[in-house]
Amino acid sequence: MSHLLALLFAPGFFQSEEVMNALLLGGVVAAISGVIGVFVVIRGQAFAGHAMGDFGGAGAAGAFLAGINTLWGFLAFGVLAAIGVEFLGNRARERDLATGIILAVALGVEALFLYFDTHFTGKVGAPMLILFGSIFVVAPSTVSIVTGLTIASAVTICLIYRPLLLSSIDPELARARGVPVRVISLAFIILLAVVVEEGSLIIGALLSTALLIGPAAAALRLTHKMGWAVLWSVVLGIMAMWIGIVLAYDSFQWPPGGHGWPVSFFVSVLILLFYFLVRLRGKLPKLGITMSRRAMQDA
Amino acid sequence: MLNSGLFTETFMVHAWISGTMVAILSAFVGFFVVIRGSAFVAHALPKAGFAGAAGAVLLGVNPLYGLSLFAVGGALLIGWIGKRERNDVITALTLVAALGTGALFLALTNGYASGAYALLFGQIVGVSAPQVADTAVLGFVCLLGIAFLYRPLLLASISQEIAQSRGVPVRLVEMAFLVVVGLAAAITVPVVGALLCFSLLIGPTAASSYLTCHPGKALVLALLFSLVTVWTSLVLAFFSGWPIGFFVSIIVGLLYICSRAVGFRYSGGNRLVRHREPAGAVR
Amino acid sequence: MRSIAFKEDNPILSLQDIWVRLGERCVLKNVNIQAYPGEFIGLIGANGAGKSTLLRVILGLLSPSQGSVHVFGRPARKGDRLIGYVPQKVFLDPNTPLRGRDLVALGLDGHRWGIPLPGKQRQKRVDEILEAVDAGRYADSPVGRLSGGEQQRLLIAQALLTDPQLLLLDEPLSNLDIKSAYEVVRLVSRIGHERGVAVILVAHDMNPLLQVMDRVLYLADGNAAMGRVEDIFRNDVLTKLYGYAVEVLHVNGRILVVGGRDSEADGRLLSMETHCCGAGDIA
Repeated sequence: MSHLLALLFAPGFFQSEEVMNALLLGGVVAAISGVIGVFVVIRGQAFAGHAMGDFGGAGAAGAFLAGINTLWGFLAFGVLAAIGVEFLGNRARERDLATGIILAVALGVEALFLYFDTHFTGKVGAPMLILFGSIFVVAPSTVSIVTGLTIASAVTICLIYRPLLLSSIDPELARARGVPVRVISLAFIILLAVVVEEGSLIIGALLSTALLIGPAAAALRLTHKMGWAVLWSVVLGIMAMWIGIVLAYDSFQWPPGGHGWPVSFFVSVLILLFYFLVRLRGKLPKLGITMSRRAMQDA
Repeated sequence: MLNSGLFTETFMVHAWISGTMVAILSAFVGFFVVIRGSAFVAHALPKAGFAGAAGAVLLGVNPLYGLSLFAVGGALLIGWIGKRERNDVITALTLVAALGTGALFLALTNGYASGAYALLFGQIVGVSAPQVADTAVLGFVCLLGIAFLYRPLLLASISQEIAQSRGVPVRLVEMAFLVVVGLAAAITVPVVGALLCFSLLIGPTAASSYLTCHPGKALVLALLFSLVTVWTSLVLAFFSGWPIGFFVSIIVGLLYICSRAVGFRYSGGNRLVRHREPAGAVR
Repeated sequence: MRSIAFKEDNPILSLQDIWVRLGERCVLKNVNIQAYPGEFIGLIGANGAGKSTLLRVILGLLSPSQGSVHVFGRPARKGDRLIGYVPQKVFLDPNTPLRGRDLVALGLDGHRWGIPLPGKQRQKRVDEILEAVDAGRYADSPVGRLSGGEQQRLLIAQALLTDPQLLLLDEPLSNLDIKSAYEVVRLVSRIGHERGVAVILVAHDMNPLLQVMDRVLYLADGNAAMGRVEDIFRNDVLTKLYGYAVEVLHVNGRILVVGGRDSEADGRLLSMETHCCGAGDIA
């Protein structure tokens, strides 16, 4: 048994504090991303979810310049952007375009900040850390903040679960039932921003989308029952995260040695693997016939 | 200003030529990207391309090949699978696939940090003579593609059903378009940067769409906005040393806001349409 | 104008023993119908009854699992220019840079490759059709901002540009208020008579069509019955069609089809959905 463990886990794995922090942080963020992700997919806000990561990245670059913990940069810009996007309009395409423009400006600003970061602080690795994540170099205080935020997010989700579900699937019906759809939308997008920024901190602005969309998309192919979908989404996310961390740690030992492979790579590959495995299973019959109008409109 | 090398330095000449070509191409491709509402795809493909470039550098090959391979590959993937699942989910996952491998390539390539930065945000010095030639050829191919696809693509973008009923091979046309977007992304990225390529694709047309509903005029306006954006950014980047992408995004943002404001005032501040008065008839 | 002469007893459309199976479901069962030149046929049925499938079979977009389809004397094929197709709706952003006349012009040559060459002829034909459907007023207004009824007229205009002999309208009335629905029906009926075009209009509720329909084609769960209104809307005929007890009620000049007592659809309104006309689409 100990041989097996030694084979799977490189030496020092269970003793390393950074690794334990990474497992905890990663697990927590993967879990909450999985929950929110299911709603993101149903509501068709994958672009917004991805954009949040980039928005946050701009904030992080600025925070880095100012010498503050990048988590605050991620969060501040992310939440601001969320509010901005929500008020930009309701028609899907116009909102996407407006989101795109704001995203462009945010990225341009990020470009400038990162340029200053490397030229004025001399830390060349800054862009890479922000873009690809810093799970192994996160300060311990950040761990508790992130955990706290996650718990707050989880509680909020529990509180608004029913109205959120209804307004995501059928906004007209929700309105008719007296659900404050606008308020729920706003709450949701702020929640989304918080969760995505946590992910951005860990596996980077560019890849937090993976944790958000992948497990949820796979889960929704496995089942149409919301409760089970959320559960599956969380499980798949955590699995991808933990196995990814193990592999990333182990990779330091792999030839050519001394050079680890990034966590974000493993996590995203695993998430995609799960997704394609679920697709291959393909047991779930398509909702409605391809000839139906809904499908023709969605297609 | 004329003595500063703005127009005479070799790398600037390259930048002017490629920048202009990229601006023209972006306006035409962007027209359809906006009509089809493919903002996310336009954002995802350049990023996927970036990952390919990282891979190319790892292999010691011209980054443009990696860019094209991943951007076009991503386009094909999205076009192929995209209809059976929600399109934005597939786009997101394709992006994740590309970026995950990109992260690996970058980690394995030691000294690539500044090259990566240049490709992400755009650096003027990045464009070499052979690249200018490549950009010209590919750009021309893309323009031809768009011209060829114009009518069936427009019809399919308005209504897939009508297009199908007319015998238009909708699937093929849409995939071909995505490939063109991928190629356009591949040649725009070295100039403007992967993260900001899409702002050049959607910005000018989005802005012009608030000012006119005539497709011909919208295209011309978009072209104008696009050229102004790129040229101004080149000048500003040259003098400040700041990344081009920053200027491109700011100018595009300004153009968008101004156009939206002007358009709003022009339509009388409301969203109702004013129809032409009929000749003498009473309605 | 094409001048293909059809004798009165020569059907322009003939479906024989059509079965369509999709996956495990049997969407159309043993359908046998003929349509004649200049006829106005209402295709009625609830959601999922198979109406869209039937249209796709006629358009040559779907091959039946069994049976044969003949349109104008030859097997159904894609892109038949003698069939004009009018979808329910187009989904366009309000700022889309396309005018009413651009949408209509695509009906002329939108299926051909390349860029449209502007010409007086083209413009003239588009103007003529716009006048014929009474949509001249908003020819130059942005398509994305038009009301449901206005868009419908443009979609009908678009379908008429190839001088079709058969017009298929896929649920044109579903998103319209009552007033607009009646206007569209009157328009289509007028055009059908003026140009000798046969019409198949798909609807949930055939009450707006009662005045203009020649025959009705009623679909229930894949089974079809075709004939005059008084021959089809009878308890025995519809009961046989549905496979369970069904009652036909005449209320205030309208026809309601209700699940009969003790049937599995007891009391359920099977065929007539009332519109919620608060949404205010006024043509």
